[in-house]
Amino acid sequence: MAVQMLGQNKKLGEVVTYGTDLFFYKVTLWRVHFASSAHITPETGHERSLTQIKFNREGDLLFTCSKDLVINVWFSHNGERLGTYDGHNGTVWTVDVDSESRFMVSGSADNMLKLWSVATGKCLHTWEFPTAVKRVAFSEDDRQVVCITEQRMGYQCAIRVFDINREGDGTKPNNETESKEPLYMFNPIGSKATVCAFTPTPNVIVTGHESGKVALFNVKSGEEIENNERAHMDVVTDLQLSKDGTYFITSSKDKTARIHDIKSLMVIKTFSTETPLNSAALAPNLPYVLLGGGQEAMSVTTTSLRQGKFETRFWHKVFEEEVGRVKGHFGPVNTIAVHPAGTSYASGGEDGFVRVHHFDESYFRAKPYGDLVIED
Amino acid sequence: MPGLTRDPTEDIDYSDIEAKYEVHFDDSLDNTVVVDGIPVIDKSKLEKLLSKIAKEFNKKGTSIKVDDIFVPWDDAKGKSKGYAFIDFRTADEAELAIVAMHNHPFDAKHTFKVNRFTDIEKYAEMDETYAEPETEEYVPREHLRAWLADSQGRDQYITHRGEEVEIHWHGKPSQCEIAHKPKWEHFLYVAWSPLGTYVGTLHRQGVRLWGGPSWKPQQRFAHPLVKLIDFSPCENYLVTWSNEPIVVPAGAPQGPQYLSPDDEGNNLAVWDVKSGHLLRTFSTFNENETPSQKNQMQWPALKWSPDDKFVARVTPGQMISVYELPSMYLHEKKSLKIEGVVDFEWCPHGDKDIDDGVNGAGSKPPKKNKENMLAYWTPEVANQPARVTLLSFPSRTILRQKNLFNVTECKLYWQNQGEFFCVKVDRHTKTKKSIFCNLEIFRVREKDYPVEVVELKDTVTDFSWEPNGERFAIVSSNDPNLGNPGPGVTIKTDVSFYQLDHDKNDFKLLRTLTGRTSNAIRWSPKGRHLVLATVGSSTKSELEFWDLDFNSVDSVRKEASASKDDWGTSVQLLGTGDHYGVTDLEWDPSGRYLATSASAWRHTLENGYAIWDFKGQELEKHILDRFKQFIWRPRPRTLLTREQQRKIRKNLREYSRAFDEEDAAEESNVSAELIALRKRLVDEWNAWRLRCKKELLEERGQKESRHDEEEKEEIEVWVDEVIEQTEEEVVE
Repeated sequence: MAVQMLGQNKKLGEVVTYGTDLFFYKVTLWRVHFASSAHITPETGHERSLTQIKFNREGDLLFTCSKDLVINVWFSHNGERLGTYDGHNGTVWTVDVDSESRFMVSGSADNMLKLWSVATGKCLHTWEFPTAVKRVAFSEDDRQVVCITEQRMGYQCAIRVFDINREGDGTKPNNETESKEPLYMFNPIGSKATVCAFTPTPNVIVTGHESGKVALFNVKSGEEIENNERAHMDVVTDLQLSKDGTYFITSSKDKTARIHDIKSLMVIKTFSTETPLNSAALAPNLPYVLLGGGQEAMSVTTTSLRQGKFETRFWHKVFEEEVGRVKGHFGPVNTIAVHPAGTSYASGGEDGFVRVHHFDESYFRAKPYGDLVIED
Repeated sequence: MPGLTRDPTEDIDYSDIEAKYEVHFDDSLDNTVVVDGIPVIDKSKLEKLLSKIAKEFNKKGTSIKVDDIFVPWDDAKGKSKGYAFIDFRTADEAELAIVAMHNHPFDAKHTFKVNRFTDIEKYAEMDETYAEPETEEYVPREHLRAWLADSQGRDQYITHRGEEVEIHWHGKPSQCEIAHKPKWEHFLYVAWSPLGTYVGTLHRQGVRLWGGPSWKPQQRFAHPLVKLIDFSPCENYLVTWSNEPIVVPAGAPQGPQYLSPDDEGNNLAVWDVKSGHLLRTFSTFNENETPSQKNQMQWPALKWSPDDKFVARVTPGQMISVYELPSMYLHEKKSLKIEGVVDFEWCPHGDKDIDDGVNGAGSKPPKKNKENMLAYWTPEVANQPARVTLLSFPSRTILRQKNLFNVTECKLYWQNQGEFFCVKVDRHTKTKKSIFCNLEIFRVREKDYPVEVVELKDTVTDFSWEPNGERFAIVSSNDPNLGNPGPGVTIKTDVSFYQLDHDKNDFKLLRTLTGRTSNAIRWSPKGRHLVLATVGSSTKSELEFWDLDFNSVDSVRKEASASKDDWGTSVQLLGTGDHYGVTDLEWDPSGRYLATSASAWRHTLENGYAIWDFKGQELEKHILDRFKQFIWRPRPRTLLTREQQRKIRKNLREYSRAFDEEDAAEESNVSAELIALRKRLVDEWNAWRLRCKKELLEERGQKESRHDEEEKEEIEVWVDEVIEQTEEEVVE
């Protein structure tokens, strides 16, 4: 079946007819398919490993942050750098941009959370905490920002929510309206939180934890609404919501990625790979998920390059089968983001490269599993 | 209150402790013997008799005192009853006394009959009536070759990982499954017998063979601390080796299947596989050798003739000793004394020889039975040149000798059908500074054994005959790093194929592949295909799958290769692969699949195994830590005659039709199942998604989505590029 879908290359088609094991050949085919025709744009601009990358809502801009203190913004279609946001004095762990591409927030190891004007590159506001900021996220209505701070030096892991005043013009900080103090703050009990995001339900966030737990919190009360202690067996490394926010995907060092229902936190799908995963993203419109990871930098030196498993893997969202891989990075893939329209994706690696891959026609036309209609 | 004053220990039950610490007296009568046949005497002579008896016993090393002897009396007659009881200190001493004193002549008229007291009792109570011994019911043994009758014609392989062994079936992807998961414990490694009948495991206590459909234990060989085993080619005999000399402890069980005290100090044993009997032991320790300059032992230490009739062993520098089977006596009671002999090899039997042997016994008048042949070489000594000799056995006639000069080392390679014999001669130049290589090829089936020499400038690191074929492949190298292995050093090599040219009747180069890193050649057991691999390198691990008859359909193979024009053109690379850290490669017995494995015995990086088809497509790969062994189960020789095989090859299309139909049916079956499964998964997913969406819609109510569909923004980029700029000077 898969042959007809992708079998433009006659030679590959021939290969396929030899086997009865559809799946194996399909993987091979996809590999060829992606590697030969994807337009790969390696972008330099970061000198150290990437920590997070984010598309804006339209997908024309790509925000990247890394361990080298700067945040970059790029045109996603050609990889041209639009500008940098200077000001952090430590590894920038995390960024997020609002839906209007007006404000951007970033969190860093210098214990600061910064609000930036996307257009001017000016830092509008800085909040300082006792420990590093590991994760930030805008709410759906752009009026709130959630941030997770590290558990260190006697300080507990804390989750804070700040109000963002959108009435100002954004050119200068408005201390009266942009709350200096957090709107809400609480310390999750038990294992520390590593990742988080706002759910479509107001004032409810979903978090991933070091122990592998995922949980829902009411930010007002700090109360844990729901949890799944055994969602993963190891640290949750990434958490990304679906377009409509009704489900989310998490990746973990336990070598799996999972799709969960946002209400019940029930695991809907599991994708088991052979390498620790750092990031997982959902491809809009098509039933694929993108997984990235690799052997940790420490253990990579003892193995061959090939063995590090630094590819971005494409898995079928529903069938839980791997459909393809894209190579490129020389180190583990730390973060993956998919263009909101699903036309391209970007990956940031431990090697300091951001790679933007544009999908070609055959990717959209390919229906490797036949004509089943799959809801997004 | 009375309850409180009661002694609390009263109720406790001590019986278990009492039982544990109770002193047991040895009240058995095992240390008492009855001595019969002593003179009947009266009381006056008792003392004298007792001291005489004690003296007799003490003479034989069993110490007793007069007090230990008890003589029963017939009070009515006032005389002794003619026998006595003697108490010994231990049962062992009593045992010794029985052995020493039974049938001991006391004097001319009296002979001692010594028995165990308990025996007397036992035999006195014997039932006198004859009971027919029950005939054990005959339990037919399992068919040891049952796996060959697999309806799908699959092969088996064994994997050994950590402490676990698994036996798998291997066929089409849908037919691969675990055949058996034995619970064998505490063994060093596993090994198949050469025809696949048994699998052996090496334990501390010895070797155990397993087989049959239920994998029951079939045989055991009690060679303690065994480290290496080797089967004879027809699976009749087994050789075991241990680095520890045999020690037979006192009281060890004795019998034909056990090592006896005579075998002490030896460490190499030959066993009969079917009966389990020990045939003979040898020592591989050389007396002249000091431990510091220990040479590497050759393994197999005993080399079998292909028909299992003889086994031979070389004593380097002195002789080859050939033993006959099954007696294991030295053939004609003398070894082949060959000054300086280094190594030898038996000539294998080709299919033709075996067929002739079978037919000869039947219809045709018994042909002169073909003799075994062996080849050996001796190095240069003083003015004597080095020499390779073909010798027929048992007649011990020299068939052919060839002298060689400037020889550093020789390696002997027989083609598996015994048609060709190649001696790889490492020669040195006069200055002994550089080494080059000659291949001396004997054509054994021709009259006078003509020898042809292929001279090469480089060092040949590997040589391999094509099974059943007329080709061979070599790996040669002139890399300066050769011989100085270091971490990260990968030796550059060339691989060459040679083929017998029927016109000129000599071996001609087919093709050379230069600038490789391959260092291992693995021919398919059926010939034609081969794999070149880079083994044991930390950086390279390539596999190349070659076809040497790419252009020709195999029925016309001979003709095609004979035509001059396309000499060497039919050598074709089919595919390449890569198995990081590969340590072992093995073709399956059918020559359709290749297994590569990375064993934890060599390194601990990415252990596991992969199976490839002959075209270089990876079919499956398993990364398993602590993976140790992968071995295909060998198959015995085919039972079809050449004629039958030819017929099958001719009508291959007809046969394959049945298989094609089977495949198609199965495929549609599998895909139907798969499609149903996928349909179900999609349905579940879609149902869940719709439910979610509905809930979401209800929650948001009429709240309009803030973001309507926006029009796609077209980005136009104008690129100005100066392609060429020329300046022209216009001179007026």
